[in-house]
Amino acid sequence: MNELAATDSLPKPKRDIIPALLPVALALLVLPLIGSASSWATLTVASLAMGMMIFIMASGLTLVFGLMDVLNFGHGAFIAVGAYVATLVLVPLAGWMQADSLLSNLAAVLPAILLAMAVTGALGLVVERVLILPVYGQHLKQILMTTGGLIVAEQTLYALWGPQIIPLPLPASLRGSFIIGDVAIAKYRLLAMLVGLIVFVAIQLVLNRTKLGLLIRAGVENGEMVEALGYHIRRLFLGVFMTGSALAGLGGVMWALYREQVHASMGDDLTVLVFIVVIIGGLGSIGGCFIGALLVAMVANYGGFLVPKLALVSNILLMVAILMWRPRGLHAVTSR
Amino acid sequence: MSDLLTLSGIHTHVGRYHILQGVDFVVPEGQTTMLLGRNGAGKTSTLRTIMGLWQASAGQISLAGVRIERTATPDIARLGVGYVPETMAVFSDLTVRENLVLAARDGPPDDARLDWIFGFFPALKRFWLSRAGGLSGGQKQMLSIARAIIEPRKLLLIDEPTKGLAPAIVGSLIECLKEIKRGGATILLVEQNFHAARELGDSVLVMDNGTIVHRGEMAALAADIALQEHLLGLSLEAHQ
Repeated sequence: MNELAATDSLPKPKRDIIPALLPVALALLVLPLIGSASSWATLTVASLAMGMMIFIMASGLTLVFGLMDVLNFGHGAFIAVGAYVATLVLVPLAGWMQADSLLSNLAAVLPAILLAMAVTGALGLVVERVLILPVYGQHLKQILMTTGGLIVAEQTLYALWGPQIIPLPLPASLRGSFIIGDVAIAKYRLLAMLVGLIVFVAIQLVLNRTKLGLLIRAGVENGEMVEALGYHIRRLFLGVFMTGSALAGLGGVMWALYREQVHASMGDDLTVLVFIVVIIGGLGSIGGCFIGALLVAMVANYGGFLVPKLALVSNILLMVAILMWRPRGLHAVTSR
Repeated sequence: MSDLLTLSGIHTHVGRYHILQGVDFVVPEGQTTMLLGRNGAGKTSTLRTIMGLWQASAGQISLAGVRIERTATPDIARLGVGYVPETMAVFSDLTVRENLVLAARDGPPDDARLDWIFGFFPALKRFWLSRAGGLSGGQKQMLSIARAIIEPRKLLLIDEPTKGLAPAIVGSLIECLKEIKRGGATILLVEQNFHAARELGDSVLVMDNGTIVHRGEMAALAADIALQEHLLGLSLEAHQ
């Protein structure tokens, strides 16, 4: 048994910090190109806020991708539905939204967020049972089913709410900016950063400190072995899918307030961004998704400022560059 | 001695391939039954079918009198079957501790049980908080077996535990499995290493082309070199 005691110590697991340094390096790299420190700071804060909102929307999708190997092209539907459901609360309570009291604003926004998450979570349950369950393991059919689901969802939103864009003004207490020197930092962007960080920390705590999280991480790596240990991974899938859908709903509400408008195709527009983030980050990696979201947002903001003509393709270029460097994304978790 | 596991007329199809073509055997309680055969004979498929990872297309599987051929894998595991796959399948992103915490379904791993396991596999204690992905091949195999025995199980299905391991480690692993066997475990063990099979097996099943072509006492097969050559295409000396 001596050989098994193997006294030579294990090589320390390498902490892969390069991906985490990328957003910092990118921010520092563009500073001299932008020239003005205040413009740089404004763009950076805008990038962080946008990145956090994209992360909230993408975090569920990366787990669904990594754990369930499901290509959910309908993820954007949850984003749009979340935003529309929020209007059910926010539009009637417009008076509270426009009041100068933070409490009144919160009394409108918090129920809207909770309702949006509850509805999108429940919709996730239906979608997983009806659309995804019959096509597990069949990628082509998954694409067809979920894309079809997205189209149906979008058209249903048009049918229920009409084709017009619904304005959704920010609550009064979240309008305006904090001025620090020459730099104006929008209040809502700070809030978006805070919420994104809370979601990130909460997911990390669940994944790393709970048995449920261990099961999810293990399931991303080898679902079959998780089953062989006695756990029904399909039930785990369902829970993750519902949570991912609810997070997309939360992201939808936050994005709608950020843009101050809701429209049925907003899910379409964001699906591409969210997929780029998931692919850049590495399927199933929450850490990679977080960094990927920041990078995508930074490239969009800095790129739009420095080379506006490149703005449309900047994220695709970012994805190509990252995949040429790391073909399985920044943090490869699965072998896919 | 009663039979813990019974397979009757088991057929398994994977895609368009007919892998198991009428497998019949029993695994007596408290014994180690070796499942031998050439590559591609159907040994791993047999374990996967018992575990429910591949669905039997025909036949019956009974575990302690309970029919399980249509039972989902997690429920088979919860009936008391521990599985050590050929690939070891440790969760490399998780620590040794986390791998064992997951395997202990009934709560945190029992301290006395852990000490018992550490007695076999001291490396696991040493690397308790290290990522399993950094372990050596032998240590991963230890972890994979430890995961299967972290709680008492009725039956252990172990698939080629010595595969790819250095000879010195194989010897140690055999001693570990002997210790587990002395604890009264019922084991169905797939093995290509005939030396290991001879050391561990009470009875033996030999597979070829998806069926059982020989069953008997391990000691009898170990003593019959002509039969070994006929069934397995090897002689005992080749592995000594």
